[in-house]
Amino acid sequence: MIKIKTIIRKEWAEVFKKKMVLFTVIFMPLFFTVLPLVILFSTRNAGVEDYTSEMPAQFTQMCPENLAGGECFQVYIAAQFMLLFLMMPLIIPVNIAAYSIVGEKTTRSLEPLLATPITTLELLTGKNLASVIPAVLATYLGFLVYAVGATIIVQDADVAKALIDPVWLLAIFIVGPLLAVLSVNFSLMVSSRVNDPRVAEQLSVVVILPLLLLFFGQIFGFIFLNKQLVLAIALILLLVDLLMIYVAVRLFQRETILTRWK
Amino acid sequence: MIQTENLTKKFGDVLAVDQLTLQVNEGEVFGFLGPNGAGKTTTVRMLTSLISPSAGTAIVNGFVVGKQDTEIRRSVGILTETPGMYDTLSAEFNLLIYANLYEVKDPKSQVEKYLGMLGLSDRRYDEVGTFSKGMKQKLAIARALLHEPRILFLDEPTSALDPESAHLVRDFISELSKEGRTIFLCTHNLDEADRLCSRIGVFKSHLLVVDTPNQLRSQVFGRKVVFHLRQADDALAEAVRALPFVRDCRIIDNRIVINLDDPDVHNPDIIRTLVGQGADIQYVGELRHSLEDVYLQLVKNS
Repeated sequence: MIKIKTIIRKEWAEVFKKKMVLFTVIFMPLFFTVLPLVILFSTRNAGVEDYTSEMPAQFTQMCPENLAGGECFQVYIAAQFMLLFLMMPLIIPVNIAAYSIVGEKTTRSLEPLLATPITTLELLTGKNLASVIPAVLATYLGFLVYAVGATIIVQDADVAKALIDPVWLLAIFIVGPLLAVLSVNFSLMVSSRVNDPRVAEQLSVVVILPLLLLFFGQIFGFIFLNKQLVLAIALILLLVDLLMIYVAVRLFQRETILTRWK
Repeated sequence: MIQTENLTKKFGDVLAVDQLTLQVNEGEVFGFLGPNGAGKTTTVRMLTSLISPSAGTAIVNGFVVGKQDTEIRRSVGILTETPGMYDTLSAEFNLLIYANLYEVKDPKSQVEKYLGMLGLSDRRYDEVGTFSKGMKQKLAIARALLHEPRILFLDEPTSALDPESAHLVRDFISELSKEGRTIFLCTHNLDEADRLCSRIGVFKSHLLVVDTPNQLRSQVFGRKVVFHLRQADDALAEAVRALPFVRDCRIIDNRIVINLDDPDVHNPDIIRTLVGQGADIQYVGELRHSLEDVYLQLVKNS
């Protein structure tokens, strides 16, 4: 356990000195949190009474009966931005994890590190957690700020309740960490196979594409997140994560990484 | 402490290490010499369980390479070709990371000890990126020693160092040797190998020769004794050449250079012969070939 903690401390001490990482860990969650709040604030006194015709039928059916059209629209608009909270755990760790192995290669610190009695599983667990923890904490903190801010802005208990829907709580608190693990392991795999940190970062960003599909699917009314869908996504992600961890450990061939990289 | 038998490493079709059979004894400083690309680093990587052999066996500190790799990594220290420190972290933090990874019981005091021993205590909180090459190298040596390994693998420990830093590092290696540690030293610096190593192996994919530096000189060039005379002439040289144990004899100015297998035994006979021929011997010395000459000769012949 001490070795895993040491790797985490080392990663954080190193990586948080990088401006790009600080940007993704601090600025991006801040932006993604403030954006839905600004939207909520700007629509609270818009005088909208009945926007139901402009909302997807799937959502209109799900809108609580006790909400008026304008309130329902507020919830609909906010829901579009909820997916941003799922993008955070995908995007935030990419910079940390992508740099993780390739960074060790470029600084030539990988060989002395691999010469220690640390196992591959301990090393990858440490590197995983070093990337997942900031992403999950930033997401949770962002959502907490959003929840408090939204409650204050809407000034209506029913609307606030609809905004902080259990589906979103489930998505953010369960799916969020699973997405972070997926993103990190994908980035680690890329990182151990390439020689340039920039290439690693660029390739690792590919992992957010499926979520973008979900994001646009929801905007255009093709998909709408409900409890069943979130649970199904969580289950699939859990299986995919386990597979990714297995593949990441298998792909981390010490000898190949040391000898093929120049 | 280190024993290999037919240790072989192939990368695809490239044979990097060919059937290396070697024994390094406890407390020995063993010099591993060879040209660039000879397979020295590959050998060190195999012996430190960083890569696995393609064939053959190696036992390091009683553990079998390929089977007890974690035990080997725990019991040896390695100074890699480049220091590979974390430049944005402080010297102290760098060492603490490795002290924890090597499961050192009291990491802080051990880090303190080696920072002090290598004269880096004053810079302990500074980022390693601000260090000179020599300081980074010293820090990397400290890192290799944190867990007090009995076997140390040093890959080019003084390369790219200024003479003062190189001298300090060599002195430190000498001190480590006095503590009874076994040191496997890869170097291009033949003078360094000559001064530090009890035995030397010359390697170029396969082991060309292993012996003490003096025996290597003797093997390759024989031993040459120089007799400085008041006046040397051909008659003196002929008289010497007539002796059965003389391998070669040449006159250079007023010196007679004689190639012998064992000067300690044969010098008195030569002195008697020369004096008998009326020579005035001013003094006698041994002509020492540098290890560089020996190395170049061996590599050229291979």
